[in-house]
Order: sequence, then structure tokens, then C-alpha cells
Amino acid sequence: MNNDLLFDFTVDKAAQKVFITREFDAGLDLVWDAFTKQEILDQWAAPAPMRSKTKYMNFEVGGRRFYAMISPDGQERWLLQKYTSITPKTNFQLYNSFADKDENPELPGSEWDYNFSEQDGITTVNISIYNESLERMERLTDGFTKGMMLMLKNLDDLFSTLSQKS
Amino acid sequence: MKQDLFQAIADPTRRAILTLIAIKALTPNAMAEKFDMTRQAVSKHIKVLYECELIKPEHSGREIYYHFNAKKMQEFDNWLAQFRQSWETQFNQLDKVLSTIKNQTI
Repeated sequence: MNNDLLFDFTVDKAAQKVFITREFDAGLDLVWDAFTKQEILDQWAAPAPMRSKTKYMNFEVGGRRFYAMISPDGQERWLLQKYTSITPKTNFQLYNSFADKDENPELPGSEWDYNFSEQDGITTVNISIYNESLERMERLTDGFTKGMMLMLKNLDDLFSTLSQKS
Repeated sequence: MKQDLFQAIADPTRRAILTLIAIKALTPNAMAEKFDMTRQAVSKHIKVLYECELIKPEHSGREIYYHFNAKKMQEFDNWLAQFRQSWETQFNQLDKVLSTIKNQTI
């Protein structure tokens, strides 16, 4: 992995926005696909030990992606994304909200804006997330934190089993 | 109803109040004077800031001084660090996916 790739994460608390910038060692076409095709998204778009499972995805303006973040113990947290604007290989925007398993969104959600550009074979992705409520925003990491804690607990259990054996 | 931290700090007057009391605890009267506001307007801001635990009251005789609660802001920063970590994890996963796909095509 190339360690020279930029990763920048800033927060404007007053504007209620998070800005994320990341470079990828791949061309624009491939990176665009990785963010807009469900079969690639499901391979990376949930932080391990969580995984992402897309039920359906229509990548078009007004189209939606309905997917679940699944924790190691099998719990599903459903999310609904609605694409509000698409400029191929340059920009797309979506409205993200939590939902129940029957696709009923829990409003209000957050506004996500993705920008893509390529220079010398390196593709830069800029993401801005606007959320009007901090509490809701905090829930975005709930699953991740739970997953991490579970993983650590599994490790603890493993260690204690191992130490009992020896 | 519990106030949301984001809503609380989105307001420029409340941010200014926080900046000021982070340096020195103030009474509501002193705040009203500094910001040229009515006591009533100041009370509203204090209520919002207090409900999301960004400020703490301290009684001194008959006066109430409000202090900045740095711990609350720290909690938020801790959460942000976690959010950042979850993105870093995802992007590292994406690096691997991209390199796999690139190798397949070559």
C-alpha cells in the first residue's frame, strides 16, 4: 500500500459539516466505479468487522440504494440513500438516512456530497457530510464502535481460553 | 427536551459566549453587557448551552457564574476521532479492492 496517499479529515462544528479527502492509487474510472457500483461497494464500504450488504441499488438521480451494515453477531442496521444529483465521473450527491428493514426512513438524515478528480494516475475523492443534528451524526459510528467492542471481547475470550490451557 | 450540541454551537452568539467564558467565568448580567443584549435574550442562550452541558453554573454568594465545560467538547472530539478511524479503515479496505481489480485487468 502506498503510504504517501493523502488522507484528510476536518470538521467544521459551526457549519455542522465533516470534510474528508482521500487519494487513491487508481484511475478515475475505477475509483468512480468503486463508489457507485454495488458489487464493489459491498467489498469495502463498511469498516471491518462490520460488512455491507446492498439489497438493491439504482444509481440514477432519484434512484436509491438500500443496504445494511451487518455486525459480526449478525445484527443488521438498515440505511437508505437517495441520489439527488449525478455528474458522471465528477460528482454525486445523496441523502442518507437510517431506515427500518421495510425501507421506512428515519428522518431527517444527512446530505453527502462526493467529488472526484484525477491527476497523474492518482484519484482524489472529496466528501462533505452535512448533518443538522449531532446526536444523529453520532449514531453513524454506533455500529462501528459496537463491532470493535465485540471484536475486542472475542479476543479477550480467546486470550483467556488460551491462558487457561497453558 | 435535551438540546443538541450541534444546534447549540451553530449559533454565532452562543459561540461568542463560549469563547468568552472559556477565558473567564461570567454572570448572566456581565454577558448581557458584553453582548449588548437583554437579560432575557441571554437567559435563552444560557438555557440552550446549559442543557447540552457546554456550560456549568457555579454559585458565588448571590451571583451565578457560568463556566465553560471543556469535558463536553472533549467527548465530541473523542467521537470524531472514532468516526475518522472508521473512515480510515474503510479506505484501507478500498485500497486493497482497487489493487485487486487493477491486477485482474492487467
